[in-house]
Amino acid sequence: MFNVETIRKDFPILTRKVNGKPLVYFDNAATSQKPQQVIDAIVDYYSNYNSNIHRGVHSLSQEATDKYELARHKIQKHFNAQFAHEIIFTSGTTHSINLVASGFSSLLKKGDEIIVSALEHHSNIVPWQMLCERTGAILKVIPMNQDGDLIMSEYDKLLSKQTKLVFVNHISNALGTINPIKYIIDKAHQVDAAVLIDGAQACPHLKPDVQALDVDFYVASAHKMCGPTGVGMLYGKEAWLNKLPPYQGGGEMIAEVTFQKTTYAELPHKFEAGTPNICGGIAFGAAIDYMNTIGFDVIAHYEQDLLEYATLKLHEIEGLKIYGTSKNKTSVISFNLEGIHPYDVGTILDKMGIAVRTGHHCAQPIMDYFKIPGTIRASFAFYNTKSEIDSLVNAIKKAKMMLS
Amino acid sequence: MYKIKAVTINDIQNEIIDEFSMFEDWEERYQYMIDLGKDLPLIEDQYKTDSNIIKGCQSKVWVHAELKDEKLYFTADSDAIITKGIIAILIRVFSNQKPKDIIEASTDFIEKIGLKEHLSPTRANGLVSMIKQLKMYAIAYQTQLN
Repeated sequence: MFNVETIRKDFPILTRKVNGKPLVYFDNAATSQKPQQVIDAIVDYYSNYNSNIHRGVHSLSQEATDKYELARHKIQKHFNAQFAHEIIFTSGTTHSINLVASGFSSLLKKGDEIIVSALEHHSNIVPWQMLCERTGAILKVIPMNQDGDLIMSEYDKLLSKQTKLVFVNHISNALGTINPIKYIIDKAHQVDAAVLIDGAQACPHLKPDVQALDVDFYVASAHKMCGPTGVGMLYGKEAWLNKLPPYQGGGEMIAEVTFQKTTYAELPHKFEAGTPNICGGIAFGAAIDYMNTIGFDVIAHYEQDLLEYATLKLHEIEGLKIYGTSKNKTSVISFNLEGIHPYDVGTILDKMGIAVRTGHHCAQPIMDYFKIPGTIRASFAFYNTKSEIDSLVNAIKKAKMMLS
Repeated sequence: MYKIKAVTINDIQNEIIDEFSMFEDWEERYQYMIDLGKDLPLIEDQYKTDSNIIKGCQSKVWVHAELKDEKLYFTADSDAIITKGIIAILIRVFSNQKPKDIIEASTDFIEKIGLKEHLSPTRANGLVSMIKQLKMYAIAYQTQLN
């Protein structure tokens, strides 16, 4: 039985005060808070078995290697990948995307096309623009409608034999829209294009099955799903990962080195040059364990309840406009108060202990679409409560009073 | 009550510190800044150009500088009202001053009026960028005067 008060006890930070007020943390889409179980895994690693992996013959090194590889297996199981070596540890989603983009630069030629969506984060636009500059490929964009839904009939029209890669986020960070990725993947495969899905915003809320989706690449960050910063993962189908050239040169990624020739290591090590974030990987595994113990069905159900409650309450505030009104969305609400700059509202909310994000959320094209400088974004996690939402609503009313 | 208007940067800063010391909590401080912000526009539309925008602010901030009789005059504006309030305070301190005095001025008063959190260089409101920009103008005009 899900009890939010019990859950909150797992998160030490939730008891602290900010500006003299109890912290209300609604910036979960930027990064989640960490439960004691994950913090303990980090402390345990550095206190008891810190050592470099895959190298030493000594026991500590073996222990660290085992735990690190165990984490890889946990991630494999969580995403239902066929093989553990299809899971590459990276420093996070951005690194994962760049790894794929860099690999594709040797596979693309002039006139090839890459499709991205209008809902992308900057980190999802820039690597593809760079890739297009390097290869002469062309970038096409799936447009969205006023609700923040991607227009699938337009996507259908963009697909052709020239399409080599489709790149879409599973869930939009700025608006919370859940994109129809299964449809997008299937359609792309009909023209033999590969599909990369950015799951950074999805993984805190749902459990993707990469085999059921038949997705070619799927990427995520640990820190948005209760894990530490600086670690993430790239899932790639074995065949694709074998096809892509290594991303970085260094230790770990080689099989044999002479001055004439280097042969690369097998997957996954081919893409894991240098000493990895060992502790981060292990703690990522602990985070996945933690979330699965609660259960993603339970999390999704509870968060939808928070979303509905918050949407209802926020709509009661006169002059408040919500951006992103898709029927399929996760617990993210982007909004503005009429005639008031989002930055001003965010500043007042902060004084009242409420952490929200303000600005363009690294998704300027979306803000341009709505012709606004930015929004205030409140994003909820399974450890948030309805009474915190009440605090938010009261704080917004106060901000409105002070600022208008 | 008649009060002699402060003239030097230091005196103006002390005057502002006095004013802020009367506020009991953040609400009164921020309400005052918001009211200062509402009292402006501070800049003529012809100067609200892209080249006058200060980078590093989440809200847009325009600053225009003019030298008259060896003194530097600033006008500025923003699309966010709290930012405008902060600008109003900065202009009161730094406008109508000699470039040399602006360059040498300390900015400790910001901490003393309880706006320390706006001073962090990583905070996206750009107070640090604003002060830097005002001082850059002062340095540029000082070079002209030399």
